[in-house]
Amino acid sequence: MAKRIDVQGLTAYYGSHKAIEGITLQVEPRSVTAFIGPSGCGKSTFLRTLNRMHEVTPGGRVEGRVLLDEEDLYGPGVDPVSVRRTVGMVFQRPNPFPTMSIYDNVAAGLKLNGIKYRKSELDDIVEKNLRGANLWNEVKDRLNKPGSGLSGGQQQRLCIARATAVEPEVLLMDEPCSALDPISTLAIEDLIDKMKAQFTIVIVTHNMQQAARVSDRTAFFNLSAIGEPGRLIEVDGTEKIFSNPSVQATEDYISGRFG
Amino acid sequence: MPSHTKSTARLGDRVFSNLSKGSGIALLAIMAAIAVFLAIRAVVAIRANEGNFLTTFAWDANADPPYFGIAVLLFGTVVSSVIAMVLAVPVAVGIALFISHYAPRRLAAGIGYVVDLLAAVPSIIYGLWGALYLVPQLTGLYEWLDQFFGWTGVFAYDGTPARSLMTVGILLAIMILPIITSVTREVFLQTPKANQEAALALGATRWEVVRMTVLPFGRSGVISASMLGLGRALGETMAVATVLSPSFLINASLLESGGGTFAQNIASQFKEAGSMGRDALIASGLVLFLLTLLVNGAARLIIARRKEYSGANA
Repeated sequence: MAKRIDVQGLTAYYGSHKAIEGITLQVEPRSVTAFIGPSGCGKSTFLRTLNRMHEVTPGGRVEGRVLLDEEDLYGPGVDPVSVRRTVGMVFQRPNPFPTMSIYDNVAAGLKLNGIKYRKSELDDIVEKNLRGANLWNEVKDRLNKPGSGLSGGQQQRLCIARATAVEPEVLLMDEPCSALDPISTLAIEDLIDKMKAQFTIVIVTHNMQQAARVSDRTAFFNLSAIGEPGRLIEVDGTEKIFSNPSVQATEDYISGRFG
Repeated sequence: MPSHTKSTARLGDRVFSNLSKGSGIALLAIMAAIAVFLAIRAVVAIRANEGNFLTTFAWDANADPPYFGIAVLLFGTVVSSVIAMVLAVPVAVGIALFISHYAPRRLAAGIGYVVDLLAAVPSIIYGLWGALYLVPQLTGLYEWLDQFFGWTGVFAYDGTPARSLMTVGILLAIMILPIITSVTREVFLQTPKANQEAALALGATRWEVVRMTVLPFGRSGVISASMLGLGRALGETMAVATVLSPSFLINASLLESGGGTFAQNIASQFKEAGSMGRDALIASGLVLFLLTLLVNGAARLIIARRKEYSGANA
């Protein structure tokens, strides 16, 4: 479980528009890496290249290599479907399946690709992942109620349970708290801290305090002008980035003297 | 300082509110007027009827005393519409899915346009095409059905031109295909992108995305679309009247000529009908009206049954 990500010279396009350019970056297993940077700098796009979700957007394509341990996710013959089973994702807005119960939401990924589980196995996996997402005590009496009836924070933890249930190696989180209130945000941050024992976690956030609180390493992205591709400015230990960054632009952004 | 809690409505608000209220009331009034008209005239005819309105296999409404019954019409209407639904709904859902989730964008636009065009063809054209082209073409299929399934009786075929309920059903299926397809396509296109991406990110294949998100989300829409199609099939007049060779008997075989539908019967008998004959036709029209209400009510029940799981409150 938990694999190293090694990105080499990655450039991503939307049609003819170059969204990010020449990104080289390593993510250690069982660590939390935060991506920060201004809106439009391509950090979400970059995140989506790590599980081949970028190419789902019409015109989306990628150059360069993303190695998961030794395997290139963009190598010839690699099935994006199996990449996404290995690299899970949690989205900005909680998106439980509205037509499914809480139980079925967690079990949704397990029913894919024709694998059959016994009911008791499924029960165990659902409970384990709901506990893992710190949600079990809140929903154990209403597992058969629709997931859309939960609060926003609960829905997001449900989505985390759904993503972890298929036992990915890596968990990508795209601003997972931006639609949540501070208490729900705190619950998710505690959860991230707990989950990094098991997964490699990459989180995109606009909240600098959050990056400082949850991550071991922080990567700062920026773009030189609107319409220009986003680039990785620097990546380093979170403490270093927030106290003594090597690049002036990082310091400007972090201290709010940006732009 | 006293607070003024009563707000003064602006003129524009008042005008619009009354306009929309008026439209709503007008709709109810029109519905009621139709129902009352049908009911009054129907009662006159049913009182004078010498036969049993529900079970008699005949339509001699101009005779004195009149002798008529709707059994054949009810059977023909329901059977031809059911055939149409069974054939059209799966194909329509398939086309809609292809347009919304599989076809390249340009091809999808082209197919969508052709489907909408099909909906614009007048029903008499379908009727002519059905009578002149479809009927002879179906002979081969019916002979094949007779060879393998003729022993059931339902698919027995005597080789005469196939102006039968099955042919009507097939023609109706083609006619209701566009409306079901285009409504279904619109519903499928509205599946939240967030849910489709969630399924993809779990490692779902394209078909699994459709099965996990698009189909459950579009379920009530497919039912509504089917009901729209069924409504059209139940009430279709000219195409059925042109293709069907009517007779007042219920044929065990769906492939052999004979039978009739409410709308077809009204269209073919109205011209020669006297005062009592017209009232009898109106009575049959009332039954069709009730049948349509029943079908719509049932559809609403199905949709409401799992409302809390629908995409609407996501």
